[in-house]
Amino acid sequence: MTTQDLQTTDTRRRIYRRPESLTDRSTHYCPGCGHGIVHRIVAELLDELALGPRTIGVASVGCSVFAYDYLDVDFVESPHGRAPAVATGVRRVKPDAFVFTYQGDGDLAAIGTAEIVHAAARGERISVIFVNNGIYGMTGGQMAPTTLLGQRTTSSPAGREAATMGYPIPITEMLAILPGVAYAARGSIADPGAIGRTKAMIRRSFEIQLAGGTFSIVEVLSTCPVGWGMTATASMEHLARDVVATYPLGVMVDRPAGAEG
Amino acid sequence: MTPVLATTPSPVRPILMKGNEAIAEAAVQAGCDAYFGYPITPQAELLEWMARRMPELGRVFIQAESELGAINMALGAAATGARVLVSSSSPGVSLMAEAMSYMAASELPMVLVNVMRGGPGLGSIGPSQADYFQATKGHGHGDYRLPVLAPSSIAEAVDLVATAFEIAERYRTPTMLLTDGVMGQAMEPIVPSFRVPVRIPGTWQLGGADGRRPRIVRSLHLQPEDLEAHNRHLQAKYRTIEEREVRWAGERLEDAEIAIVAYGTSARVARSAIERARDHGLAVGLYRPITLWPFPTEALAALATRLRAILVVEMSSGQLVEDVRLAVGDRTCVLFHGRTGGMVPTPGDVVDALRRAWAMTEDRPFEARRSR
Repeated sequence: MTTQDLQTTDTRRRIYRRPESLTDRSTHYCPGCGHGIVHRIVAELLDELALGPRTIGVASVGCSVFAYDYLDVDFVESPHGRAPAVATGVRRVKPDAFVFTYQGDGDLAAIGTAEIVHAAARGERISVIFVNNGIYGMTGGQMAPTTLLGQRTTSSPAGREAATMGYPIPITEMLAILPGVAYAARGSIADPGAIGRTKAMIRRSFEIQLAGGTFSIVEVLSTCPVGWGMTATASMEHLARDVVATYPLGVMVDRPAGAEG
Repeated sequence: MTPVLATTPSPVRPILMKGNEAIAEAAVQAGCDAYFGYPITPQAELLEWMARRMPELGRVFIQAESELGAINMALGAAATGARVLVSSSSPGVSLMAEAMSYMAASELPMVLVNVMRGGPGLGSIGPSQADYFQATKGHGHGDYRLPVLAPSSIAEAVDLVATAFEIAERYRTPTMLLTDGVMGQAMEPIVPSFRVPVRIPGTWQLGGADGRRPRIVRSLHLQPEDLEAHNRHLQAKYRTIEEREVRWAGERLEDAEIAIVAYGTSARVARSAIERARDHGLAVGLYRPITLWPFPTEALAALATRLRAILVVEMSSGQLVEDVRLAVGDRTCVLFHGRTGGMVPTPGDVVDALRRAWAMTEDRPFEARRSR
């Protein structure tokens, strides 16, 4: 039933509903976690672009491994960090499928660095949703390569210091310089405006793939209230104020012709 | 003891091919949809053959960024039901252990060729059979088994490529073809007549949920009850493979008092040694496992009851010998001759080992053993 149908039978206008590509299961995500918001954005776009019947999602390892329980499309689960390689295999044998990976920052920016760099370098026609909350959430809040300087985690209890633990890794900027990358952008889920802009970025990524463009990545800055030791509200404020200062928002590259452009 | 594998006479003229290239072409002919690899000696010719042949046929070839990349691309392609081949050599196969466990757990068919080289570590680029444990005892983490086929000639390798795809797809399991640097590099005549495995339709392959419920290819089962049920399912499948897929070949075993147990290149050396030993009056034969898992245990145990000794010959410090001892128990005495590091046993060395075995077991004459 579409919004149009509802309007003919009911004078009330329905402005919010569960996307068809989102299952009606309660998620296992913690209160204040951003995964639910990003899942919803992806599901809305799968609906809006009518992609469900031709989509193969590639799940990664971390809190979002269960994305396949919530996004109602075909899914394959990858070993930790290997989603871009798995997506490459899917893409090459299924040229007509819509293929995306959904990865966290531990998965993509630490153990999976080689796989993401080379999928981007090859210009694989895939869309990468990269949810960066700066921490290993599933294993109990350890430091990630994306953890902010000074941030306390269970494996950097005195705070991350550059001298021994290095610097936060701006991997999306690093990928953006590769000619195989058609689109690279960073959004956030800190407030409704940011969510709308993030959705536009992911839409752009999806549309580039549908138009035959090469690799695209949208990094979504997200929250981990439990890992950060903050309330849901405080973590949103921290995201908007402090995380964004290290990871600036915006479109880094938009050249849909990819390597040819 | 009937050899399982029979070569069908063919009117096609034999051609001379290098092992790596013959295996690659056999996969192409078997309808392989996608190949993923990474350069490593002594398997590089397999990758190079596919680099030329697959694009020629409009099929998928990718030289990956690493063996990790290659095997995970294979995982993705296999999840759609594609017929997939990956090849590497020992150190590269170690890197693939992770994804092999995931593929066994997710029940994805795929054929992996390991052209073994000397180890451990970077080892050497010479031929070896030191990955027997790795191939047959698990490779990656968790409770799973891997069917392993070990050809001892290039012609047999060509045939077993098709068999490997058949086993992989029939049982939805990764399957390994285990060769070595000699088999990879040597040239032998093969009959260019190939078997094309029949495609088995299924309800698990991903391709987009168009008019059906979405499918998930996964290995995560967080509830212990669920994972135990999944493990029981996998183990039941492995029991079926053990019942149906055991392959071995026997040569000159009818009157043998000592049997050499060897596979692959070692079996070739053993064959030469057996001819020479027979010239010296020693009644010896060859028991050659073709499936290393499932191991041909029962026939070997039966044979052992009438042997004065078994001599295991392998290019390792003693790995196959453990399965032989498990199979025969105290039915006969099990001796071992091995070379490592890229060294190949010579027929002369094996004849010497046979003579020592003969002398050691003079007090255990053949007839006495048989009547026991």
